[in-house]
Amino acid sequence: MAITLTETAASRVQKFLSNRGKGIGLRLGVKTTGCSGMAYTLEFVDDLNPEDMAFESHGVKVIVDPKSLVYIDGTELDFTKEGLNEGFKFNNPNVKDECGCGESFTI
Amino acid sequence: MALLQIAEPGMSAAPHQHRLAVGIDLGTTNSLVATVRSGMSTVLHDEKGHALLPSVVRYLADGAIEVGYAAQAQQSRDPQNTIVSVKRFMGRGLNDLADQAHIPYRFIDAPGMVQIETRAGIKSPVEVSAEILKALRLRAEKALGGELTGAVITVPAYFDDAQRQATKDAARLAGINVLRLLNEPTAAAVAYGLDNGSEGVYIIYDLGGGTFDVSILRLSKGVFEVLSTNGDSALGGDDFDRRIFCWILEQAKLPPLNAEDTRLLLTKAREVKEWLTEHHEVQITSVLSNGDVINLHLTAEQFVDLTSHLVAKTLNPTRKAMRDAGLTLEDIKGVVMVGGATRMPHIRQAVAEYFGQEPLTNLDPDKVVALGAAIQANVLAGNRSDDDLLLLDVIPLSLGLETMGGLVEKVIPRNSTLPVARAQDFTTFKDGQTAMSIHVVQGERELVSDCRSLARFELRSIPPMAAGAARIRVTFQVDADGLLSVTAREQTSGVESHIVVKPSYGLSEDTITGMLQSSFAAAESDKQARALRESQVDAQRLLEAITAALQQDGYTLLSPEERAAIEQEMQALQTLITQDDSHAITRAVDALNHATETFAARRMDASVKQAFAGQNLNSLEI
Repeated sequence: MAITLTETAASRVQKFLSNRGKGIGLRLGVKTTGCSGMAYTLEFVDDLNPEDMAFESHGVKVIVDPKSLVYIDGTELDFTKEGLNEGFKFNNPNVKDECGCGESFTI
Repeated sequence: MALLQIAEPGMSAAPHQHRLAVGIDLGTTNSLVATVRSGMSTVLHDEKGHALLPSVVRYLADGAIEVGYAAQAQQSRDPQNTIVSVKRFMGRGLNDLADQAHIPYRFIDAPGMVQIETRAGIKSPVEVSAEILKALRLRAEKALGGELTGAVITVPAYFDDAQRQATKDAARLAGINVLRLLNEPTAAAVAYGLDNGSEGVYIIYDLGGGTFDVSILRLSKGVFEVLSTNGDSALGGDDFDRRIFCWILEQAKLPPLNAEDTRLLLTKAREVKEWLTEHHEVQITSVLSNGDVINLHLTAEQFVDLTSHLVAKTLNPTRKAMRDAGLTLEDIKGVVMVGGATRMPHIRQAVAEYFGQEPLTNLDPDKVVALGAAIQANVLAGNRSDDDLLLLDVIPLSLGLETMGGLVEKVIPRNSTLPVARAQDFTTFKDGQTAMSIHVVQGERELVSDCRSLARFELRSIPPMAAGAARIRVTFQVDADGLLSVTAREQTSGVESHIVVKPSYGLSEDTITGMLQSSFAAAESDKQARALRESQVDAQRLLEAITAALQQDGYTLLSPEERAAIEQEMQALQTLITQDDSHAITRAVDALNHATETFAARRMDASVKQAFAGQNLNSLEI
């Protein structure tokens, strides 16, 4: 069971966290919404919940709640540029199908 | 696959529900667009990696429109169809433009705002600005991968209603939903996080390409109040380039140059200026079109000497702004540097020396306004939790309306935080008055003639009533962008009239400061003028009431002698009204009141008799 960040993603997260001035890590999760079932969420973490699972990747603390973890276990989070746009990308081995936009998925 | 950004805890948006919001710095020389991504405000670049978009629009022969660097490159070749610095014309009439001889455009005087004739037809400054905004919107939508929810657009603190409305119209034309207009100095302060910091007074020193603005802001309870603004609309980084250019001409003993060589050397001069920001000396080499070679050496010290008078020129408006705000140097909590020209070390040094403290320079001075606007846009679009305080602006000059005698009744005092709504009740002046003209004015002075007229409208169909019986509620509402709407409503009948104020002419920054200044200077004379007008209005009302009463009952209730005595007092008052001694008028009013006491008492008796005449005592409900 693990979630990892690429080095680029980790250094970005660290930069964003230090710019924000507070926060202990990055929370990955899934929500059951979206055009094909599930959607990723990506948030800063200020407080931990008792059931949270924590991982460490390239010096960044990654927090996932156990319900989300079953959908995204093994995911590698990357940071990429596509044209003028830039942002984070989930490389999730559990995904069977994505909606065209890639914001939601089914397993 | 869509790319995700990190959200605040609990603020993750559902798919396709991202509220993409940007901040736009619509500048005179350059414009920028920025957004908050993963909690961090960043400027969005174009495909070539440029952050700045030159605020230049060119109308081509084939109907196409170029914006930015492409248009700028053709500026000298196609001056009449290449519009630069259009911001200077926003919301301005032809008469407001100084120095028209130096502007290459074919201006057309149109009601409200000057228009520019191009080969693509007649264009208003609003349309030209919309092209710049459209280019920025497309850049943002490409970079963010979706449609924009809205934008915060910055405007100079001294922009008046007309200029703000013009900016809003341009955004609408560009398909941008304006979340709010924000004052440029306020945006710079937000970028530095001063709104979360300690309360106090801050200086925003903004030396752009072609304009200099200094603003003094006071932060209290999370609200920035503009205490004063000053500046020089014809001073900027370009003047430093021109100084180096002239120095090259002198040193190389060059004859007047052709356009191509002028452009070449001006570009060179700019490079020299930028180089000397980081280095101690520079070798200037250039080959002119006739084959002449220029080879000169310039040190940073020489450059400082060459341009020291320009630096000094920025400190004069700064001093004036300090004086207007009534502040001393000890009051200043921080100084924010804005505009690319503030990178020059000797400018930073001069500012640091004047204020006795190091200015804030760690953010890119070209980007700081856009960055602050983006932070504000992010909050307004709802991407932050509710406990983040919304930043508010204040109105720069009081808003009011004209009352009898040409006096100003202030409805919303200056420095009220926006948005704001205030209502005030007014009444009719004459018996049977069925219409009321409402004249909306802006300014600090007591007399309408000393304030700026914003709009006039009429409330009609007021039911005829005795003077003073009608209740007309006038509501002034200023939205978050500083735009005013006025509603007048007669309370008993419900008739209503409404106007959105889009004033036809702009106020220059000098006029605004001038208006504020004169209101302080003229406080005493204004007070007397108000007293005079009030006594005149009182006197007029009394004369009209007595004239009406005399016509009705003067021959039945008064002897000819009594009537003559009253008429004599009336005559005396009538003469005094036209003179400007309020005490004399007040005395004459008292005298006339005294002279008519008997008459008034007899009229009262007569009307009571009439009311009771022929009525049975029992039928009266007592």
